[in-house]
Amino acid sequence: MDLALLLTVFVLAIFVGFEVITKVPPTLHTPLMSGSNAISGITVVGALLLAGAMGEDPLARTLATVAVVFATINVVGGYVVTHRMLRMFKRK
Amino acid sequence: MTLSPSLVNLAYLVAAVLFIADLKWMSHPRTAVRGNLVGALGMAIAVAATLGSQPQEWTWIVVGVALGTLFGVWGALKVPMTAMPEMVGLFNGFGGLASVLVAGAALVAAYHGLARADLSLTARVATVASGVVGSVTFFGSYVAFGKLAEFLAVRWKLKAWQKVVKFGFSLATAVGGIGYVTVAGASAWTVVALVSAFAIAGLFLLRRERFPGMDALKAATAAVSVLLGVLLVLEPQEQALYWALAGVAGVLGVLLTWSIGGADMPVVIALLNSYSGLAAAATGFVIGNTVLIISGSLVGASGVILTNIMCKAMNRSLAHVLFGSLGPTSDTPDADEVYRTVKSGSAEEVAMLLDGARRVVIVPGYGMAVSQAQHAVRDLANLLESRGATVEFAIHPVAGRMPGHMNVLLAEADVPYTKLKEMDEINPEMEQVDVAIVIGANDVVNPVARTDPKSPIAGMPIIDVDRARNVVVVKRSLSPGFAGIPNPLFAAPNTLMYFSDGKKAILDLVAAIKQG
Repeated sequence: MDLALLLTVFVLAIFVGFEVITKVPPTLHTPLMSGSNAISGITVVGALLLAGAMGEDPLARTLATVAVVFATINVVGGYVVTHRMLRMFKRK
Repeated sequence: MTLSPSLVNLAYLVAAVLFIADLKWMSHPRTAVRGNLVGALGMAIAVAATLGSQPQEWTWIVVGVALGTLFGVWGALKVPMTAMPEMVGLFNGFGGLASVLVAGAALVAAYHGLARADLSLTARVATVASGVVGSVTFFGSYVAFGKLAEFLAVRWKLKAWQKVVKFGFSLATAVGGIGYVTVAGASAWTVVALVSAFAIAGLFLLRRERFPGMDALKAATAAVSVLLGVLLVLEPQEQALYWALAGVAGVLGVLLTWSIGGADMPVVIALLNSYSGLAAAATGFVIGNTVLIISGSLVGASGVILTNIMCKAMNRSLAHVLFGSLGPTSDTPDADEVYRTVKSGSAEEVAMLLDGARRVVIVPGYGMAVSQAQHAVRDLANLLESRGATVEFAIHPVAGRMPGHMNVLLAEADVPYTKLKEMDEINPEMEQVDVAIVIGANDVVNPVARTDPKSPIAGMPIIDVDRARNVVVVKRSLSPGFAGIPNPLFAAPNTLMYFSDGKKAILDLVAAIKQG
């Protein structure tokens, strides 16, 4: 894809990030971190693309498969642990 | 059947919108649970769209996702709330490692695999960025984890599991380096990778936080990373360069976090959080994928904001946290002199002080987490409220080992979040407080920050407990906090020291109040 286009997306997303996250109160900073952590596990998408491609080079596939494992831990673990924390805040 | 590219991209757009909604709803405890679920839905959509975008060889994908889910759920359900900083640090590292591996795999695929095509300049630069940032994140996070779990850079005797992790990971890194050179053959670049692996493995065994030449080594590894990065952009078909780069960046990651400890931990955890996002965004540039770029930048922004908040709350710059050191100076008064007038009391005396107190503020610090005292503290608060007092909690932004650490512990103990007050909210009212109870906090309540411009913590915003009518400090001994300086609060005329382990102290106090 065109570099300018990718950069546009990058810069705009950073602005949105700043806008949205400044409003998160200190009480929720820990769940914010673990939740945003889970989002950064989006690398799983890149890992899946390379791990699953038909007839891909075995080395590339192996690397990508290991990446799938770690990115999935990041994603699934991140969302579950965030849910656990947020439920404690909600009870009241 | 495969989905059309535009359909896949639309699905990615939906996922990105859901991630933004997730973070937006994080702005209130009432909506945050929904936000998190929506974010998880977004992730599920992104993954489903990816799987539908090409014909798949399912075996390894299924194995990888199953293993990851198993470990992820197990870890997330098992971790105690007090160990949340370690857990978040570890997950962060895994995200960074995934970025290193994906960029590496993309490089291999481009020059040896299926879609052989020369990588564009953008993709080459992004590969370098992914490798460097991802590797710094992974090894830096591991060090943060090891220091929080107290098995790296310490001198004391380790528990069995700590030894297994410490020496196991060190050994694995060294063996990985040897294995790599054996398979890939000896060349200038594979040897660099090997040396880096040995350096990392060796650093993990150090029992001190600093050593001579550390800063020079930091600078050298940073310079070599840049050099190797430039070379890789010029010669991307040279795979070994990539692993050499990842190795040297790994050494840098270890060095950057190695000397940071204690109260500076929240800054580093937040910074690594930001890196893991930037690594994901860089990977997005490698494979030209917008959802990676958007999510990565959101996380990057979040980490930067938190890092900034933490630095402000300590009145220190990021550079000072990363490269400077905090400690007593020649102007620091002698502890024995400061502590001449310390008064200490028993549970009964503290109970008497609390008898008739109408407004009580509890100031928790890392010590509360260490002694797992949050439930006992909740019981104390409930007991005092049942006797007609108003009880609030004053939370300093850097109390604990990660942003918001204390809030999570108190939420676990069922303390309503409306009772948790921020520093700026409680300070103006401190003079109307009858008793302030400090439990396991030290530097964040040290009035020297306000009064002595020469002190290492001068100008750091503190919770002004010294202005309350009475102060009770629960602490094991008069040992200094992270800044290494004495705290005159402990010797103030309105302060009573209550020497004990945090949890036991509060349990005894509750018993004494009930008896009296």
